[in-house]
Amino acid sequence: MKTCLVVDDSSVVRKIARRILEELGFSVVEAEDGEQALELCTKSLPDAILLDWNMPVMDGYDFLGRLRRMPGGETPKVVFCTTENDIDHISRALNAGANEYIMKPFDKEIVAAKFQEVGLIQALSAESA
Amino acid sequence: MNQPDYEFLRKLLRDKSGLDLSADKQYLIESRLLPLARKAGLASISDLVQKLKDGSSTLISQVVEAMTTNETFFFRDKVPFDHFRDVIMPELLKARANRKSIRIWCAACSTGQEPYSLAMSLKEMSGALSGWRVEIVATDLSQEVLEKSKAGLYSQFEVQRGLPIQLLVKYFKQAGELWQINSDVRGMVQHRQLNLLHDFSQLGTFDVVFCRNVLIYFDQDTKINIFGRLAKLMEPDGFLVLGAAETVVGLTDVFKPLADRRGLYRPSGVASTAKAPLPGARVAVGN
Ligand SMILES: C[S@@+](CC[C@H](N)C(=O)[O-])C[C@H]1O[C@@H](n2cnc3c(N)ncnc32)[C@H](O)[C@@H]1O
Repeated sequence: MKTCLVVDDSSVVRKIARRILEELGFSVVEAEDGEQALELCTKSLPDAILLDWNMPVMDGYDFLGRLRRMPGGETPKVVFCTTENDIDHISRALNAGANEYIMKPFDKEIVAAKFQEVGLIQALSAESA
Repeated sequence: MNQPDYEFLRKLLRDKSGLDLSADKQYLIESRLLPLARKAGLASISDLVQKLKDGSSTLISQVVEAMTTNETFFFRDKVPFDHFRDVIMPELLKARANRKSIRIWCAACSTGQEPYSLAMSLKEMSGALSGWRVEIVATDLSQEVLEKSKAGLYSQFEVQRGLPIQLLVKYFKQAGELWQINSDVRGMVQHRQLNLLHDFSQLGTFDVVFCRNVLIYFDQDTKINIFGRLAKLMEPDGFLVLGAAETVVGLTDVFKPLADRRGLYRPSGVASTAKAPLPGARVAVGN
């Protein structure tokens, strides 16, 4: 089973994300900020990381930079999931090594589409029009 | 809704747009047409039917458009767009090396995600296309979706369905809450209103036809007729792309599926018998 680390300071968002990701077949680990997330990553690297931007202690952008400099830190697929919905933030995230970007609010369909985009899940079976 | 009203609407929709409703879709008609009737100041479906019988052509178009399904998204089903990049374009680049021009038709473009996905794919291979002329003609029955397609404005939700983030950054600009596809990409797509039930030979000849998720609503004879006329307006070595739930198999032999390329078809060279629109469609009013 693939693992996904959900990093968000809102317990509500973590709960929603957990439900969606479990439905998509992931085993989910949670962190409340970048520092906690980094700690978890030094123990074991997940396959995917769903990452908020604004968080106390260490924000998502800072976390991403540190993750990508860790040994093996280039392997997890990182999908930002944030209310920072402007081109500047998106471009910065991509330059820092993010693989995809979700603009909140999000739902299962968007998470599935984005995870499919980066090859974390297979295409959903052909649906009709 | 009473049975005669239902049968009237069913026949009207079949004649005007090809929509083939089974005998039990009253709820669908009611949910889509009751709001429209109210907006037109009519109290019920019966009143609407009466008005339609009086022959109001704008009302007919509104009814037809209200019953179409416009669901679409960027790079829908992904595979056809991989085929476009990896199979169709490489082959056409070779086959059209002298002419250096390619014509593509999106035959039911809805709100534009499909033609713009193709336009972005072409942008991504612009190196190989310098000096080439590539036309994308996007048509739909519904004027409303065409207007939206022309504007190229999409909600945050729409740009997150199927569109890779790199392409959003590269080809869109923020416009308040919305995202607008850049004018150079918009400029690659020509829009026209067109009903597939009617003659479309005037569009000229195409190398590639995307006709996806529209034939699925039509009955068998209509599908066969449209395949026949599509084959006629395509280059013999062109490509037809159908939706995930559509096929020519068992319907016609004017196209043949490509082995191992799901959804991709080529003209077979077999002449079609259906070369004119079906009779009912030719005398259609309104659309
Ligand atoms: C489900 S959308 C498909 C959009 C796009 N091709 C895709 O696959 O995502 C179907 C479209 O077909 C259009 N349509 C329905 N009947 C039509 C007809 N008789 N002629 C042309 N377009 C038609 C509708 O207006 C609608 O926009």
